[in-house]
Amino acid sequence: MARAVSTRRKVGYTIAAWIIGLAIFFPILWTILTSFKTEAEAISSPPSFLFFQWTTENYSTVMERSNYFRHFWNSVVISLGSTVLGLIIAIPAAWSMAFVPAKHTKNVLMWMLSTKMLPPVGVLIPIYLIFRDVGLLDTKTGLVIVLTLINLPIIVWMLYTYFKEIPGEILEASRMDGASLRDEIIHVLTPMAVPGIASTLLLNVILAWNEAFWTLNLTAAKAAPLTAFIASYSSPEGLFYAKLSAASTMAIAPILILGWFSQKQLVRGLTFGAVK
Amino acid sequence: MATQHSRSAARIMISPAVVLLLAWMIVPLVLTVYFSLLRYNLLMPGTERFVGFLNYKLFYQNPAFWTAMLNTLLLVGGVLIVTVVGGVLLAILLDQPMWGQGIVRILVIAPFFVMPTVSALVWKNMFMNPVSGLFAEFSKAVGLQPFDFLTHAPLASIIGIVSWQWLPFATLILLTAIQSLDSEQMEAAEMDGASPLSRFWYITLPHLSRAITVVILIQTIFLLSVFAEILVTTNGGPGNASTNLTYLVYARSLLNFDVGGGSAGGVVAIILANIVAIFLMRMIGKNLDA
Repeated sequence: MARAVSTRRKVGYTIAAWIIGLAIFFPILWTILTSFKTEAEAISSPPSFLFFQWTTENYSTVMERSNYFRHFWNSVVISLGSTVLGLIIAIPAAWSMAFVPAKHTKNVLMWMLSTKMLPPVGVLIPIYLIFRDVGLLDTKTGLVIVLTLINLPIIVWMLYTYFKEIPGEILEASRMDGASLRDEIIHVLTPMAVPGIASTLLLNVILAWNEAFWTLNLTAAKAAPLTAFIASYSSPEGLFYAKLSAASTMAIAPILILGWFSQKQLVRGLTFGAVK
Repeated sequence: MATQHSRSAARIMISPAVVLLLAWMIVPLVLTVYFSLLRYNLLMPGTERFVGFLNYKLFYQNPAFWTAMLNTLLLVGGVLIVTVVGGVLLAILLDQPMWGQGIVRILVIAPFFVMPTVSALVWKNMFMNPVSGLFAEFSKAVGLQPFDFLTHAPLASIIGIVSWQWLPFATLILLTAIQSLDSEQMEAAEMDGASPLSRFWYITLPHLSRAITVVILIQTIFLLSVFAEILVTTNGGPGNASTNLTYLVYARSLLNFDVGGGSAGGVVAIILANIVAIFLMRMIGKNLDA
């Protein structure tokens, strides 16, 4: 009896959830579909959903004409560079706070978090002027520096919550056996910490890839990553829907795929451990 | 002895992060406050001079500032209402037994991973465009006049776009929280004949209150700084109709080169964000003790 009712309910829930899920996903799906249309078909009225002449011509046009690969490469360098640099700075800090907590550890953690609360627009002008004066405007180096710093609190926090879960007894045992600090880090901690570090890396690459305040304000043509490149389509050129869609699809596809693997890390990383 | 050794090592390991963040926070912050007290225009180099609180006074007297403040609050409030209410409902739905739950979850979460400039441009051109957008096509199909969203309802349209981006975040956090709900309690209430609505009101919602607060606070921090979506869709217009505080400071300082005035706006933005941050920090801090 109860089974039958719950099956009928399950069908209802399934239908409702799929309809809503597809509706939310639809703009992305529509972008991907439009990227395979000709420009004429992209604005045809009524719009064609699936039955059109599929073409990959937009992709080759976008890549040929607009230095697409340079912007793509800029995105790769900036997001990976800032994440790796951030990890190099954050791993020792998170390690020491997790395993050698001092009286002020909590305060330091909270203070680091508070720097993340600073609205970027509050520091935009000085950063812009400093970058202009030292020649860092529109350079990948400049963006790597800024994105490292704005994501550093999240990286430290994520690593801290992961390191906290590593049992301290293991460290004590290895210390008893006479392991030096260096041995401890290389042979005991690192293997246990790798999953947490990988998760942190994943989430921060995503955040840096999509960052669209500093990348828009501090770059022009040379160092512009994909966020800024796509923004340039807001000019009349953006009315070429099929090409806009092809450029957009290429810009979001890598992160969409990475993102699907990072759902759990997202909750942990962006709520600072407040929701588990 | 070993502890003494590792303590000083720990201090050395933590210092690069602390020093960098300190520099990142203090230097620009001090400069912003300093600039806000100057008459400083990039087009007139060498004419900088101290003017006290004049920039703040000019800001305060400028109707554009109040429009921007109101727009900022409407944008944050509007997106919060949509994403929190939608997120609670969606999280409850996704928690039910169904086929293909994993796939539906992936579909729902996807918008969060789309870069802001792409989502803004896709919505602007392919959906909201009054001539060839999908909404216009839909209006024509049912015999209505196409509506020019970004001209006649710019702020509401931006609220819609930003909500689409943030609904996945709220849903994901709230779904994580719902899944920690004790199912026995729910079943007991069901057996006692509690209606679905009262079960929601008396069990689910109180259980979610903490997660909802976290979602509200974190989203507020990010939503105060919405920028790319406005830049790409409306440029803050028409007039100032969709200019928020972040965009106003950008326009003041980098488009009009008024560094002093822009900095005053930046200081206001910092104060606004701090009000929210205090509450958020307190919640996270409590969790750190537990």
